[in-house]
Amino acid sequence: MAVATALSGKNRRSAMMAGAMGLGMLGLGFAAVPLYEVFCRVTGYGGTTQRVGEAQAATVQATTRVMAIRFDSNVNSALPWSFKPEQAVDHVTVGARDMAVYLATNNSDQPVVGTATFNVTPLLAGQYFNKIQCFCFSEQLLKPGETMRMPVLYYVDPAILDDPETKDIKEITLSYTFYRSTDEQAVDAGKGDS
Amino acid sequence: MTTITADGHIDDHAHDADHKPAFFQRWFMSTNHKDIGTLYLIFAIVAGIIGGAISGLMRLELAEPGIQYLQMWATAHNGMMGGGEASMDEAYHLWNVLITAHGLIMVFFMVMPAMIGGFGNWFVPLMIGAPDMAFPRMNNVSFWLLVPAFLLLFGSTFVPGGSGLGAGTGWTVYAPLSTSGSVGPAVDMAILSLHLAGASSILGAINFITTIFNMRAPGMTLHKMPLFVWSVLVTAFLLLLALPVLAAAITMLLTDRNFGTTFYDAAGGGDPVLYQHLFWFFGHPEVYIMILPGFGMISHIVSTFSRKPVFGYLGMAYAMVAIGVVGFVVWAHHMFTTGMSVNVKMYFTAATMVIAVPTGIKIFSWIATMWGGSMSFKTPMMWALGFIFMFTVGGVTGVVLANGGIDDNLHDTYYVVAHFHYVLSLGAVFSIFAGFYYWFPKMSGRMYNELLGQLHFWIFFIGVNILFFPQHFLGQQGMPRRYADYPEQFAYWNQISSIGYAVMLVGVVIFFINIGYSLFAGRKAEGNYWGEGATTLEWTLSSPPPFHQFETLPQIK
Repeated sequence: MAVATALSGKNRRSAMMAGAMGLGMLGLGFAAVPLYEVFCRVTGYGGTTQRVGEAQAATVQATTRVMAIRFDSNVNSALPWSFKPEQAVDHVTVGARDMAVYLATNNSDQPVVGTATFNVTPLLAGQYFNKIQCFCFSEQLLKPGETMRMPVLYYVDPAILDDPETKDIKEITLSYTFYRSTDEQAVDAGKGDS
Repeated sequence: MTTITADGHIDDHAHDADHKPAFFQRWFMSTNHKDIGTLYLIFAIVAGIIGGAISGLMRLELAEPGIQYLQMWATAHNGMMGGGEASMDEAYHLWNVLITAHGLIMVFFMVMPAMIGGFGNWFVPLMIGAPDMAFPRMNNVSFWLLVPAFLLLFGSTFVPGGSGLGAGTGWTVYAPLSTSGSVGPAVDMAILSLHLAGASSILGAINFITTIFNMRAPGMTLHKMPLFVWSVLVTAFLLLLALPVLAAAITMLLTDRNFGTTFYDAAGGGDPVLYQHLFWFFGHPEVYIMILPGFGMISHIVSTFSRKPVFGYLGMAYAMVAIGVVGFVVWAHHMFTTGMSVNVKMYFTAATMVIAVPTGIKIFSWIATMWGGSMSFKTPMMWALGFIFMFTVGGVTGVVLANGGIDDNLHDTYYVVAHFHYVLSLGAVFSIFAGFYYWFPKMSGRMYNELLGQLHFWIFFIGVNILFFPQHFLGQQGMPRRYADYPEQFAYWNQISSIGYAVMLVGVVIFFINIGYSLFAGRKAEGNYWGEGATTLEWTLSSPPPFHQFETLPQIK
């Protein structure tokens, strides 16, 4: 009997440990979401652009290389907006800051909130594409018929010329896609204003 | 492997160990590892028939270019739910439902229950000299979770899932097809089915780990443990580490679908590629989960029919551990086309190829086991040899596909389909058949028919090779997978492939005739019907073993 009790205790401990491993992996599975976001931000994976402050941007030296920056705009079909860059392409010196402007118009008779996602291609250029200011991920409220100018202040990090994988890049496309915000509260707040 | 000899007097007390409960209690409330193993095997056979019939439908439709039957089937399928004539979109959706069901059934409801639930439950306790599993009631829960899981998946085919009835997402359930692309309850049901099947496997894994660590007979150290037990131990750890990640990934799919979260939705800052990473972090270990127990069985069979201990026992055991460990760090080779940098591709290519080393150790050790052995070519041995051949072919195409550069070209083509059917449909299934013939008399007490067994092997072997080998050519010519139709240029090899299915089907029919014949008219099997080559503990017991075995623990010298 004593042997059996000892075994069942041992079994319970083993099962607990195995169960804890399983739960740990379940936790890691969910933790993958924020970890993946950090990973994309740090490495520029998937063309994730970088954010820099004024102070850091001020230290960058412009080079003599000129790159074409193309601007791409997309609107999800659920969002009744038109959304276009002011100009399709800009020629900028690597390291110099430049301002691009997108224009968004709400074509419906309702206030609508949109949010944008963005990335650059080639995807590898993501870690060298620095934005100092942009409308990026903040939710934008447009009243019926309203048009808004959305500026992006950015520069291309000169380090792109030292990276063997990216030094041949001559053209970078910055792409934005606007989606209808699923956050209904923001829309309600907008209705209150108008 | 160290030869294991048990004390001879273990079955003297069998007179009272054979008291069985009444039918309902025995089969529906079972806590006996052998009965639960039998239930798992029956379940796997039923699921295998359904999954195999689905692939028959697919090969029938693919036998010729154009759509021959699909729309008719879709109309019939609609009719079952009171719907009318199926549109072309509904027909194509039915195709997606068929490929999804085939994949999920074969992976979660056929191979895993047969290998781990069936043979694992039956033979792990017998081989380590334990009276039963560590948690017999949890074992029962594991099995009975699988039944509602299967019913959920089956039921999902009768409710809307996007452009037609059923879940048409592929077994990978990629977002956004599985989120915004599949409106309706079918995909939710399929996801819940995966949750249940996953929970079942995790409980089973905990049970196996506990049993193997704590309940080995006195004297059986880890390094004296039979290789099948090693293989189940490694598999259990893979299950325990991989399945919870799948559970997390598909739970987030569910909340994306139903509760407005945006884990995989770019509109809210999520990323569908994250789902792919999570899925394959589970999915790659999963393919080793499906093959490792097969490795274990093949080792015993090759050794038994060569009348020699396995060559390089420790190397064999640790090769499986190595495959398990490396299997967790190669997942993104399924995602070479998602836009990775050259360096990331290089890493995943190299890491993937590293797996060929422990796998090679296993293949060469099996050959070395046979070398100079006194071989006999009984049915289980034929299946084992067939396994080694098939798995090697699939392994070679695997090394080809491991190259990120080549994969850009072959990704999602029939070359990939041929590759994973050579290692799974043929590798895993051949090892299941090998194990089945090897142990069927031990489990049932009746010998199978050798002639029918040989016939089954040869017809099945020829059939599956005609079925899958031409798919390499189709893939190299650029035929993509997961389509119901193809241009004229692919007609030739597709037709041959479908003929191969018919040949294979004949083999399967012989298999069922053999089971029926053996159960009713088979010769009674003695305890160790394979003779001196069979050295593990299950051969010291009668066939079938007593209802409760090893009440006096065997001593391992």
